Amino acid sequence: MPEPAPLDELALERVIGRLLRAGVLLSALLVAVGAVLLLWRHGLSAADFGRFRGEPRRLRQVGAILDGARRGSAHGVIQLGLLVLIATPVLRVAFAGLAFRRAGDRLYFGISLWVLGVLLLSLLFMS
Amino acid sequence: MSLLVFTALIALGSVVAGGIGALTGLGGGVIIVPLLTLGLGVDIRYAVGASLVSVIATSSGAAAAYLRDGYINLRIGMFLEVATTLGALAGGVLATWLPADWVSAIFGVVLAASALLSTQPSPAGDGVPGHPLARRLRLNGRLPAAAGGTPYAAAGVPGGFALMFGAGMLSSLLGIGAGAIKVLALDRVMRLPFKVSTTTSNFMIGVTAAAGAGVYLNRGYIDPALAMPVMLGVLSGSLLGAWLLPRAPVHRLRQVFVLVLLALAVQMLYNGVTGHHA
Repeated sequence: MPEPAPLDELALERVIGRLLRAGVLLSALLVAVGAVLLLWRHGLSAADFGRFRGEPRRLRQVGAILDGARRGSAHGVIQLGLLVLIATPVLRVAFAGLAFRRAGDRLYFGISLWVLGVLLLSLLFMS
Repeated sequence: MSLLVFTALIALGSVVAGGIGALTGLGGGVIIVPLLTLGLGVDIRYAVGASLVSVIATSSGAAAAYLRDGYINLRIGMFLEVATTLGALAGGVLATWLPADWVSAIFGVVLAASALLSTQPSPAGDGVPGHPLARRLRLNGRLPAAAGGTPYAAAGVPGGFALMFGAGMLSSLLGIGAGAIKVLALDRVMRLPFKVSTTTSNFMIGVTAAAGAGVYLNRGYIDPALAMPVMLGVLSGSLLGAWLLPRAPVHRLRQVFVLVLLALAVQMLYNGVTGHHA
């Protein structure tokens, strides 16, 4: 195996840092918009989280959440914001994997792919 | 109680939890879950789901700042994330069939252990011989130039990996970052320099929590109306805490908070064992 080209860790860290900040910001923005909609429309209804019922399908699956947010449902918009938040570290792993690959680091490209696989499994198929 | 009042209460509590989490270094999760369950009577499954989401937000926000300092070891983080994400998957599945009382009891024990761990001084890990696996996996690193650029080696690789699996499992089972256990693995078992341990631990928390949150979302544990004030509150509280950190008598505060956390831990354990709910 040829000696892999060195990874420019500083540049990679800078980009990952920017990615994380952008993801958190976008997510917080969406959640805040959803919060205004939710409290405006349902603020005076009773709150009850004391008994566990489980969320309906439309707030559990990626496709259904996107649909709900597009229709302007307050719950859907908040859930979309949370989805963006969950996706942020996933994107970070994908991005680091690409950087490892570009630097010829096959071992860490493989490790990144594995972690990415577990994350996607948890997000998309664990129901 | 109307949703408006309830949301305001949760947001306020979450700001406080996020602030204390940042000041003690324990993170917001270990405080928000007892606050929601003991203080506001929220079912622990909803509390864990909302908390896990807020953990991703604070960890990612803090990691973005730490990345500029150059202490985070990306290879160690990525390698150990193999263990934490698998653990998180297992913990998320475990959470769906473990009785809620058990989760409460386990939370109490882990909270007490984390609080006590945070008061222990860390041993100096300089100059330890690295583990043979650390060389093959290229885990050994170098401190940033600003800190002298000293090279360091990673010891105890298998032990650290195993402990990280446990940290991942507890993270998703309890809705916490489990930073205290991650630092234990990096600092005490792998004998990495302390700042490398704390920053790399924080870096890994987001990915670990994302794996757990994915499972929770699919299983319907993440309620948007509850997660909204928790996520926004804990995030702003942790930013506030980070800003206060250099300006506050941190040592004194830490001692007070550890006592508070121990009291919460006992209450969670008691509720879990007796099946009593607030």
